[in-house]
Amino acid sequence: MTDDILQQAASWRADGRKVAIATVVSTWGSSPRPVGSQMAVDDSGSMIGSVSGGCIEGAVVDEARKAMADGEPRLMSFGVSNELAWEVGLACGGKVQVYVEAVE
Amino acid sequence: MKTDLLGRLLAAKDANTPVALVTDLTSGLQTLVFEDAIHGSFGLEDEQLAEVRERLRQDRSGLIGDLDDEDSPRLFVHAHNPPLRLLIVGAVHIAQPLAPIAALTGYAVTVIDPRGSFATAERFPGVALVDAWPDEALAELKIDTRTAVVTLTHDPKLDDPALMAALRSPAFYVGSLGSKRTHAKRMERLTQEGLTADELARLHAPVGLDIGAVTPAEIAISVMAQITAVRRKNRTA
Repeated sequence: MTDDILQQAASWRADGRKVAIATVVSTWGSSPRPVGSQMAVDDSGSMIGSVSGGCIEGAVVDEARKAMADGEPRLMSFGVSNELAWEVGLACGGKVQVYVEAVE
Repeated sequence: MKTDLLGRLLAAKDANTPVALVTDLTSGLQTLVFEDAIHGSFGLEDEQLAEVRERLRQDRSGLIGDLDDEDSPRLFVHAHNPPLRLLIVGAVHIAQPLAPIAALTGYAVTVIDPRGSFATAERFPGVALVDAWPDEALAELKIDTRTAVVTLTHDPKLDDPALMAALRSPAFYVGSLGSKRTHAKRMERLTQEGLTADELARLHAPVGLDIGAVTPAEIAISVMAQITAVRRKNRTA
């Protein structure tokens, strides 16, 4: 499935759209998607793939838009000790780190 | 990620070439590590390179480096390996639901059966079919550590040569359909053929998890569940 996601990212890019890729780089405890899970987002809000069971995708899309705008990659942490995550809600109680980068 | 690096990564995947994408999470720089080459915007020390390649072989993505040391570079290794394979011997009724279930699970599926009327595109739409004797077909397909083999024919002429080849191969899973009684006879035959106790111990038979499966689709689910369990539970995570 990762193939489809990266292929979609490349195809959006070839269409001249701005694209960012988010990748799960580490997990602790129970987390819905394993390390290496990916999601791609374009500047119109289209998305493919997932980095959680749907709990943090919204926050990741926001960061992906910022990464597309300034070209800077970012590392996001979600977990019970993180206020943002608490708001966004990782119901499983696990922790996850997501790396977000623009394709340029 | 640079667009050209993404292109190279996708080209490697298209060619079924194992490759690891290594990202320095601090700088955002990235390098592709192949089994015999590297390409990208930073180099790796020998020790790191060996660790990346070991992770690629084990298909284990993750962070490397001294994670407790703030000054140590944090590298994320993303292993991209060709899809896992499921080689099904016997284009029989159970193979029909097993092929799409395995494909959904992410496996590249090949169905092997020398009997032309069984292995047809009508019965197996979109599935790779090999019309050859199982032992020859398996030799041709080069079983590796990312391959599972299941025999479903019940016919010793077809199943036994396939099992001889599969049980001596690096396949991570080998299963064979048949009742306990069929299985006992099969074990006798394979022992006479010269398989060792260790080799025979690798065989999952009667095939599949015991979920009381009755229909071909239910049996296919139990087989896929067992392959998944072997793959996921035995891994050193």
